[in-house]
Amino acid sequence: MLTVAVFLPLAAAVVVLLLPKRREAWARPTAIGVSLVPLAIMVVAWFRFRLGAGFQLVEAAPWIPALGITYKLGVDGLSLPLAAMSALLFTISMIFPVDLRGKARQYFAAFLFLEAISLGVFLSLDLILFFVFWDLSLVGMYFLIGIWGHGDAQRSALKFFLYTLVGSLALLLGILGIYLNTADRTFDMVEIIRTNPVPATGLASTLIFVALGLGFAIKTPLVPFHTWLPPAHVDAPAPASTILAGVLLKMGTYGFIRLSLQMMPETFQRFAFPLGVLAVVSILYGALVAMAQTNLKRLIAYTSVNHMGYVILGVAAGGAMIGSESARSLALTGATIEMVAHGLITGALFLISGSILARGETYEIGAFGGLAARSPKLAGFAMLAAFASLGLPGLAGFVAEFQIFAGTLGVYPWLAGIGLLGIVITAALFLRMIQQVFLGELPPRWEGWRDLGWSETLALVPILAFVVIIGVAPAWLVNVIDTLSRNLVGS
Amino acid sequence: MRPDAGSMAQAAADVVPALVLAGGAILIVFYALFVRRTLQVWAAALATVTLAASGYAVGVFLGDPPGITFFGTFAADGVNLWATAIILVVTVLTVALSVEWFATDARHGEYYAVLLFSALGAVLLTGAVDLMELVIAMMLASVTAYTMAGYHRRSRSSSEAAIKYFLLGGLANGVMVYGVALLFGLAGSTTFAELEAGLATADPLPLVVGFGMLAMGVAFKLGALPAHQWMPDVAQGAPAPAAAFLLVAGKVGALVVLARLVGVLPETQVGWRPVVALLAAATMTLGNLAALWQDDVRRLLGWSSVSQTGYGLLAVVAVGRSDLAIPALLFFLAAYALGNMAAFGVVVELRGLTDREAYRGLAGPHPWLMGGLTVAFLSFVGIPPLGGFAAKLLLMGAVIDAGYTWLAVLTIVNSAISLFYYARVIGPAYFGERAQPRPVMGRWAGAAVMVAVIGVVAVGVGAQPLAQAWGTLSLLGR
Repeated sequence: MLTVAVFLPLAAAVVVLLLPKRREAWARPTAIGVSLVPLAIMVVAWFRFRLGAGFQLVEAAPWIPALGITYKLGVDGLSLPLAAMSALLFTISMIFPVDLRGKARQYFAAFLFLEAISLGVFLSLDLILFFVFWDLSLVGMYFLIGIWGHGDAQRSALKFFLYTLVGSLALLLGILGIYLNTADRTFDMVEIIRTNPVPATGLASTLIFVALGLGFAIKTPLVPFHTWLPPAHVDAPAPASTILAGVLLKMGTYGFIRLSLQMMPETFQRFAFPLGVLAVVSILYGALVAMAQTNLKRLIAYTSVNHMGYVILGVAAGGAMIGSESARSLALTGATIEMVAHGLITGALFLISGSILARGETYEIGAFGGLAARSPKLAGFAMLAAFASLGLPGLAGFVAEFQIFAGTLGVYPWLAGIGLLGIVITAALFLRMIQQVFLGELPPRWEGWRDLGWSETLALVPILAFVVIIGVAPAWLVNVIDTLSRNLVGS
Repeated sequence: MRPDAGSMAQAAADVVPALVLAGGAILIVFYALFVRRTLQVWAAALATVTLAASGYAVGVFLGDPPGITFFGTFAADGVNLWATAIILVVTVLTVALSVEWFATDARHGEYYAVLLFSALGAVLLTGAVDLMELVIAMMLASVTAYTMAGYHRRSRSSSEAAIKYFLLGGLANGVMVYGVALLFGLAGSTTFAELEAGLATADPLPLVVGFGMLAMGVAFKLGALPAHQWMPDVAQGAPAPAAAFLLVAGKVGALVVLARLVGVLPETQVGWRPVVALLAAATMTLGNLAALWQDDVRRLLGWSSVSQTGYGLLAVVAVGRSDLAIPALLFFLAAYALGNMAAFGVVVELRGLTDREAYRGLAGPHPWLMGGLTVAFLSFVGIPPLGGFAAKLLLMGAVIDAGYTWLAVLTIVNSAISLFYYARVIGPAYFGERAQPRPVMGRWAGAAVMVAVIGVVAVGVGAQPLAQAWGTLSLLGR
């Protein structure tokens, strides 16, 4: 079943790419239709998921047994929510209208390819399979930004590719390090998580941990490894930004939990505090730099750095040795919810910025004002997403951030205290952004400003609905994620 | 030695793949001499039949137990056979790339004889376990190589490449022969087995000097520092199909023979491993840095080929210390050979198009060719699931296993650097304004590109049978 979720989009990508020119118009409906299948599979997987158990719905086949490489997919309390969120975001981003530059087939093929790859990253239970998908995500995004981006897209695409390739190669070294430590030379993630083959102390464990950490820190990104992110976001087309922020960044935080924490928990404890410090730096730096931005998309990009800081703070607290088990479990659950929440919220914000660009042809916040009068729907959605992002109770962001900080307080009270400042700053910057763009005088040049079209509305409504649902009634999500946290922390 | 290895008949039977190549090449010489010009092109068919027959013999021999044969000079083992298979595939692809390229050349037919002799030289290198055999194989591969590089005798750049190639090669091979003489004097024998015994007690100073001089010749064939300079020149100036072959075939032979050769040295007295490691590091780094700002795609491929040599040397660093070294060596050779044939094949199919700017926007009119070039380049970078990834995975695993983690780290730094110059070609091809279609070579060259590209993917995705076959191989003669 999970295999279909990964390989159907891949096969469809080839089919869409090879469509004859006169059937170009079929590309979009085909892509959207195909992307509904993985989404449906994720829903089915959610209902068949047994709470409390480990890896489930596992599908395995030998691939390169001579080297200990297996084809193996499966879900647990961490990967299921992320894969489901990814499947939703992909369908949404394909619905969202964008300037295709006469290359509809290539565009939708690239999106389907990236969907297969992203689901593959989260569902893989073999390190090589995981790495194959991980690396291919760079290739897919490189072409998406380069071909359909604007501004200095080529340069941004290359910067993205180079920077994240360094990270993924470091990750590969770490994976090799783990592999060479396994008793019977295997890349099987389930086996490695069960046996934790890397010795807890010593130079080898430090090197492996640092190599993995560098790979994930670049992808997440944590300050100071974030410099590829703003240009990539600013120059990417809006749906690609949504995927980049919503799905690709999560691969980094996912890796921190799945590999760094689950495969070498004792080494992780040694590094939990420095990682927490790095997270707090990201929180504050991301928030402060976002505050100084006049470019809407750049602002959202920096709040991503800030939010990823929350996630890593939760993970660091969850993997620390000190503090009560319930506090650590709470922090870890919060971190995972934040991944889902950030994917939805920031995904929505980037789509909204795309709508603004399509109408105003600029991201400069100062150029706008009073848009709420002309486009109540756009303003309403933007405010909802912004409030969710700054952590308003009743919306998804609050559920996540509350748990992260409540848990971290029990482990690293100082870090939690300093990190809370980030929330204050983001609140200020989002309120100011809303005020400048949507309230006040309407500049005369925007007299003809249109409200959201039907496909934009259709794309935004489901995401924001989930933001509200998770905010009001998060139990269905929290229960699944708790399965992971409890297993990991051992409470 | 095999039980009846002393008889000439058995010795000849053990090297049938090589004999077939020699026979086919001689046949083509006579064919080209006597048939009229319009029929010269059929020499390509003769060459293909020869290669197929040789490949069939390799297939038959694969199951046999390994052994030293031909009076103690030739290792008929799995590494030899598989490396031979790689060389044969490369040569077949070269034939396909050459048919249309040389169609207007009056000496079309002879070219295939030279090509087969060159392939024979590389094949003999992969089995060499005797210094004299090594010298003969090296000379055969080199002399034919100069001829191929200068085959367009009215082209200035082709002649320039051939002359530079010849001068550097003459120097390197001359130094090598001196080294062989020194080692022979020290050990009193030329076979690797007796060298190993004889050198164990030898004076380290002449041993190091002699071996260093011998390594100079091997480095030349490999395109490793300090004899690497011919690679960019040949890539740029030689006829493109010949360049594709020359960059690959010699490297396959030289890397295998180097892996055998280092086993001869007494490791307790001569720490060759750090030296090879430094050589690998310098070669990959220099190749990458020199390729960085190249605006000539063929020259870029030449420099990237230098850096690939550096990666390949990782397998030699780990040989004898990690059981991943031999599979790493063969995966590297297969992935590199196919990737290079694919990349050069695209250049050939575009009639030697080499200006980087001319590739701008070509993805529109030539989606398949640019797709092939992209796959080849991504494989060079090491993006999974392509062949180059399997190769780098094993190479890095092997050197980490052998205690050279820093070399693995340097490899990833270099891989990231290499992405930059590959993207300087690929990026504009896809992101630039759609360009006008370019004239292309024809069906055969196009088919060769496709076969090579499929091969690059297959070596990665379908690695299981290869990993299975290569996982248990060991090198004879050490």
